[in-house]
Amino acid sequence: MFIEPHRTRYWLLHYALLGAFMLFALFPLFWLLKVSLTPNNLLYGEGIRLWPSQATFAHYESVIAHTQFPLFFRNSVIVSSATAALSTLLAAATGYGFSRFEFRGKYWIIGLLLVTQMFPLVMIIAPIFRLLSPLGLTNSLTGLVLVYTAFNVPFASLLMQSFFDAIPKELEEAALLDGAHRFTAFWRIVVPLTLPGLAATLGFVFTAAWSELLFALMLNSSSSVSTFPVGLLAFVSKFSVDFGQMMAAGVLALLPVCFFFAFIQRHLVQGLTAGAVKG
Amino acid sequence: MAAIRLDGLCKNYGDVAVLRSIDLCIEEGEFVVLVGPSGCGKSTLLRLIAGLEQISSGEIRIGDRVVNDLAPKDRDVAMVFQSYALYPHMTVRENMSFGLKLQGMARSRIEQIVQAAAEKLEIQNLLARKPKDLSGGQRQRVAMGRAMVREPKAFLFDEPLSNLDARLREQMRYEIRKLQRDLGTTSVYVTHDQIEAMTMADRIVAMRDGIAQQVGTPAELYGNPANLFVAGFIGTPAMNFLNGTVCNGIDVMVGTDRLAQIAPAHATPADGRVIVGIRPERILLSAPTQGVPSQIDLLEPTGLGTILHLRIAGQRLKVFTTERVTAGVEERVGISVNAADVLLFDPGTGLRLSTRSERA
Repeated sequence: MFIEPHRTRYWLLHYALLGAFMLFALFPLFWLLKVSLTPNNLLYGEGIRLWPSQATFAHYESVIAHTQFPLFFRNSVIVSSATAALSTLLAAATGYGFSRFEFRGKYWIIGLLLVTQMFPLVMIIAPIFRLLSPLGLTNSLTGLVLVYTAFNVPFASLLMQSFFDAIPKELEEAALLDGAHRFTAFWRIVVPLTLPGLAATLGFVFTAAWSELLFALMLNSSSSVSTFPVGLLAFVSKFSVDFGQMMAAGVLALLPVCFFFAFIQRHLVQGLTAGAVKG
Repeated sequence: MAAIRLDGLCKNYGDVAVLRSIDLCIEEGEFVVLVGPSGCGKSTLLRLIAGLEQISSGEIRIGDRVVNDLAPKDRDVAMVFQSYALYPHMTVRENMSFGLKLQGMARSRIEQIVQAAAEKLEIQNLLARKPKDLSGGQRQRVAMGRAMVREPKAFLFDEPLSNLDARLREQMRYEIRKLQRDLGTTSVYVTHDQIEAMTMADRIVAMRDGIAQQVGTPAELYGNPANLFVAGFIGTPAMNFLNGTVCNGIDVMVGTDRLAQIAPAHATPADGRVIVGIRPERILLSAPTQGVPSQIDLLEPTGLGTILHLRIAGQRLKVFTTERVTAGVEERVGISVNAADVLLFDPGTGLRLSTRSERA
C-alpha cells in the first residue's frame, strides 16, 4: 500500500512527541519501582543503573510485615473513600442547585467558593486546629474527613455544576410532563446522565484526599490514626532514610488509585448525552 | 380530550411583561396554532399551559379543572419539544414507556400500548435503539409516540419541526396533522412558520409582544387581517404595504395614480393618509398603457410562477403571477387591483380600516 511520505512523517512526529512526554511523565514512577526492588546493599553500590543486577521483594515483605504501614494504608482508604463519597454527594447537591435554580446571591456564593481556593492551606492550619481540638476531632479520622470534605466541596461543586449544565433542561421537563416528581426526574433522568461527572468528581476528590500530607501531619499526631503519606515520612529517620522500604510503600500506595481509576474510567468517557438534543 | 380555557393570562419576568392578558378558548379536539416572531411569548404561553412556568395572574382551565397551581405531572398533558428531549440513556421502547411505568401500569399492558403506538408511527423496528442512533425524522416520531401512549387530555407542540430539513418538515407536518385528526386530541402547536400555521391550524392565534393580535381560522387571518402585523406576517410572498391616501372617501391613491375605487371608507384619518395593503397574488398585470404604470426592478421565477419586483410612484411593490411574464427588467407594465382586494390600515395605530360595504 502506498503511504504518502509526509503523512508517515506526521505520524512519526506524533508518536515521538507522545513517547517523549510519556517518558518524562512516567520516569519518576519507574524509578520508584526500580528502587523498591533494589536490595539495600546494591542501592548505592552499583551507581546509576536503569535496573539493578539483582531484584528482590524484601522491601515489600518488611513494609507489610514489620511496619505500621498496613494500618496507615487502611486509615488512608477509610479517609479517602469517606471524603470522596461525602464530597461528591454534597457537591452534586450544590452543583445541581447552581445549575438549575435562580436565587438571590447566587453569583456571590459561587464567587466566594472560588475565593476559598485562593489561600495557601498553611495559613489556616492553626485556626482549624483550634476549631477541631475542643470538639475532640484532632487525632481522629473523622476530623480529617471533615476537613478534607470542607476543602474539596467548593471546587467539586463547580465541577458538578458544569456537568449538570451540560444536561438539557428539556429532559427534566419532559420527565415532569411524563408524570414524574421533581426528584424522580432527577433520579431517573439526570443522575444516570451525570455518571461521568460523578465519576470524575469522585476520582478527583479521592486522589486529593489520598495524597494530602499537611493536615494529616498537623492534626493527627498519634500513629494509630496516621494516613500513609505521614507514614512515608516515618522511613526518614534522624540519621538515614530507608529508601527501599519507602519506595515499596509508595508503590503499594499507588495501587488503590490505579484500581480506582480503572474502575471509573468507563464512566469518565463522555458522550453519553450525545443524541439527547438535535443531531 | 378536553377543552383548554385561558382567562386574562399574564406572565411577567420581573418588570418585563411577557404575556399580557391572553383570553383564549380552545375547543375539545381543536388544533390551535400559536404563531409569531421570536420573543412574542408563544412558547411561554405553551409552557404556562404545561405547568413548566408559573402564571403571574389569570386562570388556566383544562377540561373543567382550574390547573393554575397543579404540577405538570397532574395536568395530564403531553408535550413534544423542539429538541425532542428524548432520554438519551434509554431505548426507544423505554422512552415511550417511561410515563406509563410512572403511572404504575402493568408491564404487559405497557408493552401492548407501546407496540400499538409504534405500529401507528411505523417505528416498530426502532424500539431497541437509543435516540443517538436515530435520524431527525425518527426522533420526531418517537417524541410523538411518547406523547401519544399516555392518551393525554391535550398535546402541546413546541416548534417540533424546526430541526428538520424542508422536505421532511412538509411530510411530518402532514403526519402530525393526520395523527391528531385520528386521535381527536386537543392540540396547541407553537411555530414561527406561518406556512405551518396556515396549513395545520383549525384556528390560528397570531401573537406579538405578548398580545394575541388576532384569533381566527387561517382563511380569516389571510383575507381579513385585523392589523398591519397580522397582514404582513401571514402569507408568502408577504403583503405589500404602500403609503397612500383616500380622496373623496372612495378613491385610493398611490402618488398621483388612482389604484382603485372602493366603497366609502369608514373612519379614514382626517388627512386621508392610509397604508394600502395588497396581496402580491391579487395584483393583476396588464399592458403598460392600461392600469397604473410601474417599472420592473427584478424578476424571481419560483417554478410555480414569477415574483415581479416593481416600482410604483417611488415605492416598491411585489406581484406574484402564475401567468407567463413577457416583459423584462427595466420594462414597464400596468397594474390593477380589484377594490375587494385593497385593505386599508391606519398609519398611526396599524389597525385595519373597514369599509362600509364590509360592515354592512
